[in-house]
Amino acid sequence: MTARYDRAITVFSPDGHLFQVEYAQEAVKKGSTAVGIRGKNIVVLGVEKKSVAKLQEERTVRKICALDEHVCMAFAGLTADARIVINRARVECQSHRLTVEDPVTVEYITRYIATLKQRYTQSNGRRPFGISALIVGFDYDGTPRLYQTDPSGTYHAWKANAIGRSAKTVREFLEKNYTEEAIATDKEAMKLAIKALLEVVQSGGKNIELAIIGRNQPLKILESKEIETLVAEIEKEKEEEAEKKKQKKTT
Amino acid sequence: MALLDVCGYRDGDRSAGPFGTRGTVMDRSSHFSFGMKTAEFAVPVGVDPQAFLSPYTAGEGDVRIHLNHGTTTLAFKFQHGVVVAVDSRASAGNYIASKDANKVIEINPYLLGTMSGSAADCQYWERLLAKECRLFKLRNKERISVCAASKLLSNMMCEYRGMGLSMGSMICGWDKQGPGLYYVDDNGTRLSGQLFSTGCGSSYAYGVVDSGYRYDLSVEEAYDLGRRAIAHATHRDAYSGGVVNLYHMRQDGWIKICKDDVAELIHQYALENK
Repeated sequence: MTARYDRAITVFSPDGHLFQVEYAQEAVKKGSTAVGIRGKNIVVLGVEKKSVAKLQEERTVRKICALDEHVCMAFAGLTADARIVINRARVECQSHRLTVEDPVTVEYITRYIATLKQRYTQSNGRRPFGISALIVGFDYDGTPRLYQTDPSGTYHAWKANAIGRSAKTVREFLEKNYTEEAIATDKEAMKLAIKALLEVVQSGGKNIELAIIGRNQPLKILESKEIETLVAEIEKEKEEEAEKKKQKKTT
Repeated sequence: MALLDVCGYRDGDRSAGPFGTRGTVMDRSSHFSFGMKTAEFAVPVGVDPQAFLSPYTAGEGDVRIHLNHGTTTLAFKFQHGVVVAVDSRASAGNYIASKDANKVIEINPYLLGTMSGSAADCQYWERLLAKECRLFKLRNKERISVCAASKLLSNMMCEYRGMGLSMGSMICGWDKQGPGLYYVDDNGTRLSGQLFSTGCGSSYAYGVVDSGYRYDLSVEEAYDLGRRAIAHATHRDAYSGGVVNLYHMRQDGWIKICKDDVAELIHQYALENK
């Protein structure tokens, strides 16, 4: 039955599905994991770096992109689609600055991206964008924000979220571990993001890319050395936890 | 549809923007077309509106159209906010069309726009601005800033530059950055400042306001200064008169102070001087 309703994007199925949009969401689930965390004075984006071929230059593949000085996004899904969306969002950020003489709020640019995605689910001859995006940043009144969009064009605000492959596992980890103490300092928030990614990423810190925005500070992409340091700290904390548990058992 | 795309048929060909250029048709319902992505008035190809109108407004022929022009408006910022004062005469050549025209548009409780120049142009474009401000508030859940509102108006003017619009307006308001005052005119000029006066009576008004203006005026002194400036301007300028409409923009919104007949004000000032 689905075969007759999933070819054209503009056709509903009898039970109310837009199959093309749902298939786009499947494409997102195949993309590499991205996690976003909203701290008190910092917002963190972490992505799983796909291992590059031997001859490929590493720096040409970037999954975290700045949309403006105070907003950035990570995506999961089709990289080429993401490039288009990011470009449009960047132009809109500057357009907004020109017309309104104020930087965009994170909600505004998320709404723009979501409207753009929705337009492509209701147009003739075009398919939806196969990406989900995590958009983080600070509004000009200093509030940190994290939003997620998906191919259907809906968007929601989150305290912490994950998209892409194994997003469910990561989200469950975050639900258990996102506490006030866990995000008390900037460093703790970064470590939480790394811990969340380590749940699903093979071979540890080498395959993680982390970016942070602090209030009134530009986007900073951490170098691999800094990530290694944080990973080492996490490992140490884990060992100490294990030691404590062992001592509790023996005493 | 995909078939239409393959055949190369383009739906957008039928739409023409101003001056006959082909613009892509943008969804009017789009959130993000601040102001004027679609042209409000389509102009036939090859027609220059200003050249079309000038034989009737400035020529020697039998038909003469006098457009409503002429006014005095002023606004200045001081320590307690912004004072806005306007006259109320609408003239068409030598004929006084109205002694009670409303030259301030109340866009929202925190935003005012004054009108000088062609009454029709002012009324139309400022009402359009009010519509955009209301839409902004609905979409973004917060009031538009004075800066953005004046930018929208000046963008509208820029789009129709050279086509004979005549409008000099001051956008006054109170937003997150405090009191705001911008002058916008039909050339697309947009200036932020402490004190502006527009219209053909503005020179007289500037004389009075400039000699009495201080940032630390008290509220009553500021009202008196605004009233005096308009009254004296209407006394000397033939195209200004009627009543002085005085507004005060405060942190919690604007209030209308008075609507004083200029004849009575002039009489009062004359008595004071005796």
